[in-house]
Amino acid sequence: MSELKIPVGAGDHIQGDPQAAITLVEYGDYECPHCGAAYPIVKRVQRHFGKRMRFVFRNFPLVQAHPNAQSAAEAAEFAATQGKFWEMHDGIYENQRELSMDFLLRLGEKLGLDGRALAKALKNEEFAEKVRADFLGGVRSGVNGTPTFFINNHRHDGPFDYGDLVESIERVGG
Amino acid sequence: MPQILAPGTKAPDFTLAVTADQKLSLSELRGQPVVLAFYPADWSPVCGDQMAFYNEILPEFQKHKAELMGISVDGVWCHAAFAEARHLHFPLLADFEPKGAVARKYGVYRENDGICERALFVIDKNGTIAWSYCSPIAVNPGADGILQALEALPK
Repeated sequence: MSELKIPVGAGDHIQGDPQAAITLVEYGDYECPHCGAAYPIVKRVQRHFGKRMRFVFRNFPLVQAHPNAQSAAEAAEFAATQGKFWEMHDGIYENQRELSMDFLLRLGEKLGLDGRALAKALKNEEFAEKVRADFLGGVRSGVNGTPTFFINNHRHDGPFDYGDLVESIERVGG
Repeated sequence: MPQILAPGTKAPDFTLAVTADQKLSLSELRGQPVVLAFYPADWSPVCGDQMAFYNEILPEFQKHKAELMGISVDGVWCHAAFAEARHLHFPLLADFEPKGAVARKYGVYRENDGICERALFVIDKNGTIAWSYCSPIAVNPGADGILQALEALPK
């Protein structure tokens, strides 16, 4: 029923072969425990499909439920401007329970980012608009919670265990 | 199987409790669009929860001056605890006594389960149903359909 309305493009964070036949898009929230659970599953799915699949992550922070989700998303967007999006993305999900403003700044420094610039970007909400644009595009596409996955533009409904995702991807794009 | 009320139908009026000492009638909201979201029950699992999700989208509904209301057969105290736990910023109506009477009028009551469907209605400022949708009970319908319907309303 629901289709991805915003095509994958230059503004996206993309991992994998640009020519891949399969595109997996995740709308995720850095503080959402279900997204945390999905994180290693997505890594496994990526390994399974190799060059056949590319992976795209878009922000969908549920700010009413998760007080740090917005800052985390903005921090990852900041990292992206210095070529470290995936390092930040992975670093947050791998330490999700420690997520706080302090943690984001420490992680930024660990990744070699300019700490003062990061703190300033978060304080001034420099990336809030980019994150909001992801969020609104997700709403348009029928994102109904986090994580929501799209496989070649089709929303994946139902569970997202490794087996479910692989099966769904094989069916739609394999 | 009862049929969900279709676009073009006058939305049946109702008066339901919002809190223990406050009632709300649909007709009071004439003059602005209303989004009526029937859902099976309070306290379904966290992040994927439909009402908590709409809570995040609320500013988008407000751009259309639309009033969002959740509605289920749960009682007012259950709604109050649920709304507090999820920090909901919109009213939950209790279709509690006689149980499911409003859901029945809208054709979205599940007789065998004693709960209502996951069903959405966009009602225009004149009180006519502009769009309706009944989702499979296990699938959170999201908000794309609601926003499209709100955008399609005549200004």
